[in-house]
Amino acid sequence: MTLILGRKKGMTQVFADDGTHIGVTVVEAGPCVVTQVRTQETDGYNAIQLGYVDTTEKRVTKPLAGHFKKVGTAPKRFLREERLPKPASVEVGETITCEVFAEGDVVDVIGTTKGRGFAGTIKRHGFARGPKTHGSMNYRRPGSIGASAYPARVFKGKRMAGHFGNSRCTTKNLEVVRVDAGRGLLFIKGAVPGPKGGLVQVQTARTGAQRSN
Amino acid sequence: MSLIEELGNELGKKKLPNIHVGDTVEVHYLIREGEKERVQLFIGTILAIQGRGIAKSIVVRRIVQGEGVERIFPLHGPRVQDVKVTRRGKVRRARLYYLRDRVGKKTRVTELVGEKVRRERVAAKLELEAEAALVAAAKQDDSNTDPEPEAVKV
Repeated sequence: MTLILGRKKGMTQVFADDGTHIGVTVVEAGPCVVTQVRTQETDGYNAIQLGYVDTTEKRVTKPLAGHFKKVGTAPKRFLREERLPKPASVEVGETITCEVFAEGDVVDVIGTTKGRGFAGTIKRHGFARGPKTHGSMNYRRPGSIGASAYPARVFKGKRMAGHFGNSRCTTKNLEVVRVDAGRGLLFIKGAVPGPKGGLVQVQTARTGAQRSN
Repeated sequence: MSLIEELGNELGKKKLPNIHVGDTVEVHYLIREGEKERVQLFIGTILAIQGRGIAKSIVVRRIVQGEGVERIFPLHGPRVQDVKVTRRGKVRRARLYYLRDRVGKKTRVTELVGEKVRRERVAAKLELEAEAALVAAAKQDDSNTDPEPEAVKV
């Protein structure tokens, strides 16, 4: 179980020996500071808390500023916890770099998806559109949203237009293709949620046969 | 330069062949036959150059036994060893997809001739010679362990 916080830098490709190319997302991961170690005795569960991206004291709340002061590090913008099955082997104040992952590791990446504003049902839920011409008045409309006298209401959870994106999203079971320790970069196979420069969490995959520990 | 562009430069080849749409080229492609590896030549016309950076690729078309064959080669791919230009083509389009609809003599692309091509040939030749000289110098370095290898290179 490993976690590191990072920033999505963009996508590129790497070549395998057999000449095929693999699309990869480059994530600038770490260095992160361990800001807290939670244990069964004190908190009821085992976890570590990591901080990433320096900020100023002005930008954090007073309780958080105190929290960072206790660790003796600059205030951080991005704080995330990782639950562990057993007590953590790291200590508060330690730095974690991208080398916690190795080539071939399978990871989950959590990020915030690109915000798309108020989106219609076609973009948001993948509805089909109606005909463009021949007198069609139903080009991008959602269609019927339910029956009439019974149930005489619209069911909860009916997929409709509304705010889309800018929400937490996890992409599961991505492979780490390469680790660049010098620049602190992870090359992760496939796409990762969020815009370039978006903050992401990279952690050991939670599900699936490829789960490594 | 953005980090992604930088990475592309690092991951890709340092130098790409000087090719244009319409050129007739020989693509030296490494293929695996069971255990052995050998270089296969694919000779044809460049229909299009797609992508940029490390994703740059070319579409090469040739006629094999009356049947048109097109292959896409990633220029930065490790299996593409070399792309040699045998003939410069004179074209007025960026994409020569119209060649697909043509048969026989009409599939030819007229050769680009003139001062520019001549100059290019001379430059290419000089470059080859310079490279050969460098290789030779490097060999000399290895053999008699020259105390000033840099002087030899210059």
